[in-house]
Amino acid sequence: MTAIQTINLTKRFKDKTAVNALNLSIEEGELYALLGVNGAGKTTTIKMLSCLTAPSSGDAILLGDSVVTNPQSVKEKINVSPQETAVARNLTVRENLELIAGIYSFDKKAARTKADEMITAFSLGEVVSAKANTLSGGMQRRLSIAMALISNPKILFLDEPTLGLDVIARRELWSTINKLKGKITIILTTHYMEEAQALSDRIGIMARGELKAVGTADELMAKTGAKTFEDAFIALAADSEVGI
Amino acid sequence: MRLMVFASRTQKELIRDPLNMAFGLGFPLVVLFLLSAIQANIPVSLFEISQLTPGIAVFGLSFISLFSGTLIAKDRSTSYLLRLFASPLTSTDFILGYTLPLLPMALLQTVICFIAAFFLGLAFSLNLLLALVVMIPAAILYIAIGLLAGSLLTDKQVGGICGALLTNLSAWLSGTWFDLNLVGGGFKAVAYALPFVHAVDAAKAAVAGNYADILPHLWWVMGYAVVIMVLAILAFKKKMNSD
Repeated sequence: MTAIQTINLTKRFKDKTAVNALNLSIEEGELYALLGVNGAGKTTTIKMLSCLTAPSSGDAILLGDSVVTNPQSVKEKINVSPQETAVARNLTVRENLELIAGIYSFDKKAARTKADEMITAFSLGEVVSAKANTLSGGMQRRLSIAMALISNPKILFLDEPTLGLDVIARRELWSTINKLKGKITIILTTHYMEEAQALSDRIGIMARGELKAVGTADELMAKTGAKTFEDAFIALAADSEVGI
Repeated sequence: MRLMVFASRTQKELIRDPLNMAFGLGFPLVVLFLLSAIQANIPVSLFEISQLTPGIAVFGLSFISLFSGTLIAKDRSTSYLLRLFASPLTSTDFILGYTLPLLPMALLQTVICFIAAFFLGLAFSLNLLLALVVMIPAAILYIAIGLLAGSLLTDKQVGGICGALLTNLSAWLSGTWFDLNLVGGGFKAVAYALPFVHAVDAAKAAVAGNYADILPHLWWVMGYAVVIMVLAILAFKKKMNSD
C-alpha cells in the first residue's frame, strides 16, 4: 500500500519556487532517503508533508489523508524528529517522553509504559530523571528521536538525525533505525552519503526544487556510471545545480 | 486532555526556572519592603501600605509577561515548537496551554504580595479578596502582552521589551512610585490613556472599599486586555503557519 503520494506538490515563496511539481510515491514500511544539496527543497518538502507549511499548489496524500484538506488526521499518524534537537529544557527525560505521549492521546498509564519502552530502546535509563538541559548533545539527540517514536507513528520524518553525533552514537542510531525498517514508513534527509546508502530502501535526489532521480543506491550508481554513491549523487545533484 | 498535558509542561518550565522565582516573587517584595522602610522614616501618603500594596502587586504582574514571552520565544527559536506544530495540538491548545498556567501563578504572586503586606501593617478585610478578583483582568492583560511579545520577538528582544521597558512603564506610569499629579500635564494624560494606572487605581479602590470607583478603571484594563489578547492570538496563529 502507498504511504505517501504527492501530486504536483509545489511551494513558492514570492518569486522563488522552493519545490516544483513534486511527484513521488513511497510505499508503507519503506525507508526513503531524500537527498540534495542545501536549498534543494528537501526541508520544504518535509515541512509540507508534515503539515508545517501549506503547499502553494498540488497535494500530498498520507495514508489516505490529504495534507491540504485534512491535516489534523495526517498529524495523528506522523511524527517528526527535527534537524535540531527539540526537547523541553526544564523537563526530565521521562517527563519529555510522557509529555509527547500525552499530546498523542496516550493516557497516563500508557504514556508511562511507552516512556519505559523508549528509555530502554534508547539506553536513557541512567539519565531518566535528569533535566534535558543537563544532557550531552548526543543524549539530547537520542531523547529527541525517542520523542518522535513514542507516539507509534505510521510515518516518521527524520531530518538529519545523526547530525553532530560521534561515530559510535551514529552507529547506534543506525542500528535503531534499521530495526524500524519495514515496521513504519521513514523519510530520512541527510548529507551523509554512506548513511543514505546504508539505511535506505530507495533514494530520491532533489535539486532546484525538483526530483531528479529515484532508485536504490546501486541503481543510481549504474544510472550515472559512477564508482561510488557519492560520485553518483554529485553527478545527479551538482550537475542540476549548475544547470548542466 | 492534550491541552492539560501541554499546560502542565508550561507550568513546569516556568516554575523550574530560578530566575522566574527570583524576579517574579523576590523583586516586588524587595521593592515593597524598601518603599515601606522609606515610609517609616519619611511618611508619604503614597507609600502607606494600603496605597502601596496594589501598585506593587500590579508591578509584580509585569514579570508574568517576561516569563511567558521568554518561554514562547525560546520555544520558537528552537525546533521544539516545530515538533509541537507537527503534532495534533491545535492553535487553541497552544494558546490556552501557554496562558492558563500563568493565571494561577499571577494570582499566587498577588496573594504573596498581600501576605507580605500584612507583616508591614496592612489590615485584613474582605476587601482584599475583592482586590484579588479586581486584579484578574490585569493578570490577563500582562499574560496577553507576554503571548504577543513571545509570538513576535526573539527571546533576547522579549528580555528587553518585557524585562526592561514594560516593567519600567508599569512602574512609572502606574502612580506607584510617585503621584502622577506631581508631574501632571501630558505625562499624566499618557499614563491615564494606558492601562497600568487604571489597574492600580481599581485595586486601590477595592482595598479601600470604594466600590463605585472600581469599574470605571477596570473597563480600561479589560478593554486593553481583550484587544491585546486578540492581537496576541492573531500573531501566534500567523507564526504557527509561517515558522
